[in-house]
Amino acid sequence: MSVGLEHYLVLSAVLFSIGLYGALAKKNAVVILMCIEIMLNAVNIAMVAFSRYIVPTVLTGQIFAIFIIVVAAAEAAVGLAIVISIYRNRETIESTDIDLMKW
Amino acid sequence: MNLGLFIPELCLASFAIAVILLDLIVQRKGYLVLVSLVGLLVSAGFTIAMWGDGPEAILGDMLAVDSFALFFKLLFLGIAALVILSSVDYASKMERFQGEFYALILLSSLGMMLMAATTDLIAIYIALDLASISLYILVGFLKDAKSTESSLKYLLLGAVSSAVLLYGMAMVFGVTGKTQVADIATALQSMSISGILDNPALLVGIVFLIGGFGFKIAAIPFHMWVPDVYEGAPTPITAYLSVGSKAAGFAVILRVFYSAFGMPEWLSLNWGAVFAVLAAIGMTVGNITALPQTNIKRMLGYSSIAQAGYLMVGLATMGMAPAGNLLGQSSILFFLAGYALANLGAFSAIIAISNKIDSDLIQDYSGMIKRAPWLALALSLCLISLIGMPPAAGFMAKFYVFSGAVQHGLLWLIIIAVINSVISAYYYLRVVKVMWFGEPSSEEKVPSSAALKLVLFLSCLGVLLLGIIPGYVMKLAETAANMFRF
Repeated sequence: MSVGLEHYLVLSAVLFSIGLYGALAKKNAVVILMCIEIMLNAVNIAMVAFSRYIVPTVLTGQIFAIFIIVVAAAEAAVGLAIVISIYRNRETIESTDIDLMKW
Repeated sequence: MNLGLFIPELCLASFAIAVILLDLIVQRKGYLVLVSLVGLLVSAGFTIAMWGDGPEAILGDMLAVDSFALFFKLLFLGIAALVILSSVDYASKMERFQGEFYALILLSSLGMMLMAATTDLIAIYIALDLASISLYILVGFLKDAKSTESSLKYLLLGAVSSAVLLYGMAMVFGVTGKTQVADIATALQSMSISGILDNPALLVGIVFLIGGFGFKIAAIPFHMWVPDVYEGAPTPITAYLSVGSKAAGFAVILRVFYSAFGMPEWLSLNWGAVFAVLAAIGMTVGNITALPQTNIKRMLGYSSIAQAGYLMVGLATMGMAPAGNLLGQSSILFFLAGYALANLGAFSAIIAISNKIDSDLIQDYSGMIKRAPWLALALSLCLISLIGMPPAAGFMAKFYVFSGAVQHGLLWLIIIAVINSVISAYYYLRVVKVMWFGEPSSEEKVPSSAALKLVLFLSCLGVLLLGIIPGYVMKLAETAANMFRF
């Protein structure tokens, strides 16, 4: 069996769904951030696979993936900083306890 | 490549860094405001100097310098200037990090300027996250329980939405093999309808893009962060979010959907219909949930969901007639300018009032006309503009948006929109009524600083001018939208 574009895309879709499920269902803010990283990495897989199979001569998808990794790192840094500052205020990072404002 | 066309952005970035460095040296933090404002002015000067030149592309065709981008750049620079002026009082209470506060406002407006100019999916993502990450930090700047909570909510939902956006971009890239919007359009036109429909990746990609961008403009059903973040964020930042981030989202949507997915016609009809439905639901949900609110910042949050609905009527018009007349596009630009002025004016009045009474509850605004006649008058004018009543800017803006939609057969949508405008009048006018006819809780006057007075004066003047003589700005908007013609 040879591994083709479909295999990578299915892997990417499965990872994306796992990440989305985790981001919506988990309570711990740090775990939610980790799930978001899974979603972004699923995108990276799709980008690189598309680039390899659709336009093998140019590296657009690989470049895009590198940019995504960089921005995701920045986002995670800011996210963890906010989690720390919320922990200092409330001594919890469970999303169910962070409920001062509701409609 | 001509780097001269990149000067407004370079200028803003260097002034942002200069503000952070100056913060370490100077003792009187008032200079930081001055430096930030000078940076915005210089950048605006360079932008105005480019107005009227033909469209050009720089940095390997990643950034377009055309009248559309220049219009939005001027809008963002103006918004940032008003936000900085209105946060002078607010920021001067902070003991530390004032430099970072102003620098982050400058950086996020830089991100928004890039969002309006980018023509490549990679650059769009970078610009969007430059604007968003700065805003995540600004929302949590107060570090108290509410501010950090809203910042966390904004960050988590924002990050999920940018992942969704990226997945959509990956799908579009996979189908067309391109990331440039113009190249995507060319690739799509060479495909047959059945070829696209057999391989639904493109349609999935477009839906994901609508989801990702819809988060930025607070469209239904990606709006749940709006009221919480608006309530918890520092008030000047709430004002900034409500106008800047929304306008930037619309700038990106206009460019991507028009340039990349504007042809073939069946495709644009379909995404136009999606926007029409989102507009109808957004207006209704936003207005009805705004009715029972007691906190004025939260009420304006729900109202901004409804305003996004009115704006999406313009997007629907664009989808119905991408190559026809440009009323859909140009009316969005005009609406955004009028909405920005009215909302910034309303929020700066709220800043002045809550500085004194230390509350955002509508009932505490009772009798404000006796305690601060000018503030109450200005707030009333801005709220009237948000309803869309003459002589304010909101009336002309809604008039343009709705007449464009009627011309392209979206009569059902306009009927819903007009009913919604009537509903919205109730909750906006309730604030006006409380201020004019309520009994003041104390006789103490509510003072406002010179900077806030200036912001209020400028935004009220703008609201009135756009409402009475809309022709000039509308002409600018038409010129800006004109670059859309193939």
